[in-house]
Amino acid sequence: MTGGLGRIGVVTFPGSLDDSDARRAVRLAGGEPVALWHRDKNLHQVDAVVLPGGFSYGDYLRCGAIARFSPVMEPLLEQARAGMPVLGICNGFQVLCESHLLPGALTRNDHLHFICRDQKLRVERTDTAWTSDYADGQEITVPLKNGEGGYVADERTLDALEAEGRVVFRYVDGNPNGSRRDIAGITNEAGNVVGLMPHPEHAVETLTGPTTDGLGFFTSVLKKLVTA
Amino acid sequence: MLKPEILDPQGQAVQRALPRLGFEGIADVRQGKRFELEVAEPVTDEALARIHELAEKFLANTVIENFTVSVENAGDTGDSGSGSESAQGAVA
Repeated sequence: MTGGLGRIGVVTFPGSLDDSDARRAVRLAGGEPVALWHRDKNLHQVDAVVLPGGFSYGDYLRCGAIARFSPVMEPLLEQARAGMPVLGICNGFQVLCESHLLPGALTRNDHLHFICRDQKLRVERTDTAWTSDYADGQEITVPLKNGEGGYVADERTLDALEAEGRVVFRYVDGNPNGSRRDIAGITNEAGNVVGLMPHPEHAVETLTGPTTDGLGFFTSVLKKLVTA
Repeated sequence: MLKPEILDPQGQAVQRALPRLGFEGIADVRQGKRFELEVAEPVTDEALARIHELAEKFLANTVIENFTVSVENAGDTGDSGSGSESAQGAVA
């Protein structure tokens, strides 16, 4: 990256687990990772933000419910509404739903077990800030690991998401958690905010991941920032 | 409480365990949450409205949950001696 573009912030909440992997993924994609702290009152001039996986605030009350009111979320919500790319992975997706940047909610897996496996997904939207480097309908495999990953929303919201093409990822070869309509990830109306339960940041190197299929999230957003 | 249309796998697991314990005839179980808030001052309408607001904004996720707020005297809850009122929200 040149000209200071491609500064991607990764927020660390108390209980975040995957923040260092997310920063590593940004670096491998060619961007500059910037560590953000949950008590930061500004975003340090980053161009995009990743809310990582983990168990923020112990997942007390509800997953993501307390993190949603962290000081860093105030400028983040404001800038996300103004168009800044934001990616929420797993717990980060839960935070985005709790803060109503994305509709619906994540609930206990229907089988009640924590699940940890490599998961195949179909990419259904390639014009979001985080998915432009994928082909329409491309199938990717990235790790999935959660206990509360069941995506739910009322029928009207689900119908609207389908009608507006806001389902970005769908589970393929078996729904792992009872998510409605096999939804693994969604976007907001503008396409700059994306949330999903599976973990692209764990699939960026063959040494440590099942594939390198996750790298495209980070190269997509970096390209968008260059052309913005 | 989770809204009726939201699947409650925890409640279902509890319901399935009941026959094994000899409790027959329970058709459905839904699991919820209860918060007890102790209020230092008397619970005025204004205070109750603020508690309702915090329940709606924070304690409950109204996307998937319904909630109610009710006022009880602290003594009623077995928390004797304090004399203060508590507002109780039953939240999913």
